[in-house]
Amino acid sequence: MQNDYDVLINGAGMVGGTIACILAASGMRVVVLDREAPSVQVADSYDGRASAIALGSQRVLDGAGLWEFLHEVASPILDIRVSDQQSPLSLHYDHRDFAVTPNNDGDGSGNPLGFMVENRHFRVALARAIEKLKNLTVLAPGQVVAIERDSHKVSATLDSGRVITADLVVGSDGRGSIIRRLAGIALTRHDYGQSGIVCTVDHEHPHQQVAYERFLATGPFAILPLLGNRSSIVWAEKTDLADHIMSLSDREFQEELARRFGSFLGTVTPTGPRWCYPLSLQYTGYSIDNRLVLAGDACHGMHPLAGQGLNMGLRDAAALGEVLIDAHRLGLDVGRHSVLDRYQRWRRFDNGLMMGATHMINAVFSNSIEPLRLARVLGLAVVDVIPPLKKQFMLQAMGLSGDLPKLMRGQPI
Amino acid sequence: MNNRQKTPHGASTASPEEVARFAAMADEWWDDTGKFKPLHKLNPVRIAFIRDMLAAHYDRDITAALPLHGLALLDVGCGGGLISEPLCRLGADVTAIDAGQEAIDVATNHAAQSGLNIAFRHDTPESLADEGLQFDVLVSLEVVEHVADLNAFLGALASLTKPGGVIILATLNRTLKSLALAKIGAEYILRWVPRGTHDWRKFVKPSELTKGLEPLGVHLHSMQGIGFDPLHDNWFASEKLDVNYLASFTKD
Repeated sequence: MQNDYDVLINGAGMVGGTIACILAASGMRVVVLDREAPSVQVADSYDGRASAIALGSQRVLDGAGLWEFLHEVASPILDIRVSDQQSPLSLHYDHRDFAVTPNNDGDGSGNPLGFMVENRHFRVALARAIEKLKNLTVLAPGQVVAIERDSHKVSATLDSGRVITADLVVGSDGRGSIIRRLAGIALTRHDYGQSGIVCTVDHEHPHQQVAYERFLATGPFAILPLLGNRSSIVWAEKTDLADHIMSLSDREFQEELARRFGSFLGTVTPTGPRWCYPLSLQYTGYSIDNRLVLAGDACHGMHPLAGQGLNMGLRDAAALGEVLIDAHRLGLDVGRHSVLDRYQRWRRFDNGLMMGATHMINAVFSNSIEPLRLARVLGLAVVDVIPPLKKQFMLQAMGLSGDLPKLMRGQPI
Repeated sequence: MNNRQKTPHGASTASPEEVARFAAMADEWWDDTGKFKPLHKLNPVRIAFIRDMLAAHYDRDITAALPLHGLALLDVGCGGGLISEPLCRLGADVTAIDAGQEAIDVATNHAAQSGLNIAFRHDTPESLADEGLQFDVLVSLEVVEHVADLNAFLGALASLTKPGGVIILATLNRTLKSLALAKIGAEYILRWVPRGTHDWRKFVKPSELTKGLEPLGVHLHSMQGIGFDPLHDNWFASEKLDVNYLASFTKD
């Protein structure tokens, strides 16, 4: 008997939703589940974070049919300035050094390094794109409570009691992935002992589309340009201190924030709620199993200091989309190991590299041991004066180097 | 299976030892992490060649839902159905035959569980030809190097093809490189396939295919080699025909 769907995706977040759009647009029969109803996900209070979208990721979103709903609300990042509080030296990335596509303005300024997109806008874009896709069924709120897998199908039992069959199940259900847990895939976890405080601020002067990353003794502090005179703050602190900061009154919180932010953009005022998330590194040894695939945070969660978590997830989406669509167009059963193995091999090195890099950077910078402090001061200076090294770092972060999926190269699958 | 003990009817080009050897391996056919892993890995390149050839010949769009819709296709030497199933999913109306009863049993059972409607028959091309059947497309992969009489086999394929139809074959070339790689390398060193799977002396040169088919009004259309990339453990389409290769022919 033919299964109900080609692919069942658990988790309709930014990674799962993008995978769903890519697959459904190719004609595959897709069902996507999420524990939250779409109306809850697009509410302003649901997710106050903003995400850095690297240039390669922006191309993936364009190919997935999402960028048309995002380009007006995306804030370009033109410069990135990295500094260490205990050093006068800094690292400066200017987008004009990374012009990979000609820009229509004719000013030779080329493409930005990336974009800042508020997560709530991303979720609205997903809802609008999903609406247009005929082959895509959304079941939300809906949760998978059990999965059975055999040689021909995945049978997923939902909390409603309904049973759905598919050729393949994708777990894009985040750090606490239910699919991962039901499949019994082991997780390796390292707690950073830090929490990430996230909020949005208004400031007096325009940010000129510059992103700042400051390495303070207790953790990295990032100022990321949103539309208007607003920025998104990602502020890592040791967990007990973060808890204390979260408990401060609005006025006290503003003072703590201003001490780290500085006065270069004039008066800084937090707007809206603050969020606090524990930071950890976590990864699985493998991302595929019989008729099962993990993508995004479900198989690799990393430190947010480089803003790469979502970008890695979108690279997973591009690679998985290409692997599954190629197989589907050959009439192959998309749940087979020989199909999924290509995805795992493709993504393993890149994900490992980025997790290792963000882990190492955090370890080196969140530290005041003198040799390490000297090493990072020199390191920033050295990277800044060696153009090939500096460029390679950025190309990797922009998602423009390595063996790229078609969508990341701006090509259709 | 009421004809389990029956040998395929009609004068047969299949040699009995070869039929028995594949039947013994049939159960493992669909395990893509087991013995047949190399064949499963080879499959995407082979299917892509078939699909692209047919799409070009019949003017179909490979990104469409059922690019092979409506084409009557015969898979000769289907084994466990590794090629029959994907071609059916792409829309072809597939009949598949094999000289091994156990392979047909495995294939029939597997396709039913996959919800695919494929007509599997324990039969030979010669007997189908005797019935006067004809198809738009004939596909026979990794078979010609196992048959007892190559020219008789090619003759049967030609008569089973409708005028204007397509024949697609895959086999191993008889070169020193294929002796080293496909016979000694794959069977004895890498153990990809069981020892004795192939008899190198029966490997087929492209010229032997064209020589056998040309007099029957079946002309070579194109050929493509299949290369192996050991670094990525992956097969790819190549211009070199000296080991594995695919060939497509059209009938007048």
